[in-house]
Amino acid sequence: MKSIIRFIPLILFVLLGVLLYRGLFLNPQAMPSAMIGKPLPNFELPILKSTDRLVGREDLTGNIVLLNVWATWCIQCKYEHPYLLDIIRDSRIKLYGLNFTDDRNAALNWLKQYEDPYEFSIFDEQGALGLDIGVFGAPETFVIDHTGIIRKRFAGPINDQVWKKEFLPLIDTIEAEIAQGST
Amino acid sequence: MKYVLNHTCAIRLQQMLRVVIGSLLLSFFWLSSTNASPVDTFQFNDETTELRFQILSKELRCPKCQNQNLADSNSKIAIDLRKNLYNLLQEGKTDQEIIDFMVYRYGDFVLYRPPLKEQTYILWFGPVIILFGFIMGVVFVLRKRSKVKANEHDLSAQEQTNLDDILNKK
Repeated sequence: MKSIIRFIPLILFVLLGVLLYRGLFLNPQAMPSAMIGKPLPNFELPILKSTDRLVGREDLTGNIVLLNVWATWCIQCKYEHPYLLDIIRDSRIKLYGLNFTDDRNAALNWLKQYEDPYEFSIFDEQGALGLDIGVFGAPETFVIDHTGIIRKRFAGPINDQVWKKEFLPLIDTIEAEIAQGST
Repeated sequence: MKYVLNHTCAIRLQQMLRVVIGSLLLSFFWLSSTNASPVDTFQFNDETTELRFQILSKELRCPKCQNQNLADSNSKIAIDLRKNLYNLLQEGKTDQEIIDFMVYRYGDFVLYRPPLKEQTYILWFGPVIILFGFIMGVVFVLRKRSKVKANEHDLSAQEQTNLDDILNKK
């Protein structure tokens, strides 16, 4: 009994060490989104290219949808852009943009200057939809399944590594679900 | 003519001085205000709402900047959320409704005071348990020590008779 008591400080020290060591490798930016598992909220916003055309929730459902939050003020979006052009070659997904609290002309110029990877970009000038889905910066990418449920939120730029690790497994899962549902 | 020239010179000098002093004052105030919180120009109908705005913006954490509240942060999202908070207050939402609104979108992360849940039990009760354990430990050690000391003063029967003998001899 006494020998156990003598070792308590050592045990506590080791436990604390393990805890702090693990803490070193946690990513404080990777917060779980509160929106996972919830349906995409309803909205009615114009698209960037023609403000006459309003789109809503139903325009984004039916496929495996990637909703990419971008803006011209966002530096990492420039880094991410070529990878977006890569990932749209995967025919299973549809990529939509959410132009978040941006200047319309600047955004249009950006799409002209680089290539436009999006089916269309929603023009969210006031950040209304962004706020509804818990966006807190750009770039951010949401995965929305065929039933309109938000399945994933990824904060930060997508690149090859991120795509393979974070997105492809989920897309495979959703595709399996679609296949199951149709049979 | 000479007088007129002098006069305009004086006016110009005065103007220049005014500009210099003005910009000095301005830079002083600007420098001294760089450490202050961002200032919004929200108009409130009454003081209660304004107070509620201030309290709520201090209670809610900026989702992006991690260690600042909405009131202190100048990040884009904090500015947007302050605007949103203002709008919600104008719509007549209660404090709880506003907090629910934020939590629905950004999760418990936006709260500086985490709610009491299974995942946060250790956060809420951990310190109390550690304090309790510490007090128990101290009590345990002190008791043991006083027992040892008490034992030290106890005399055996032989010692007691020896002592009695010595005392009686006197």
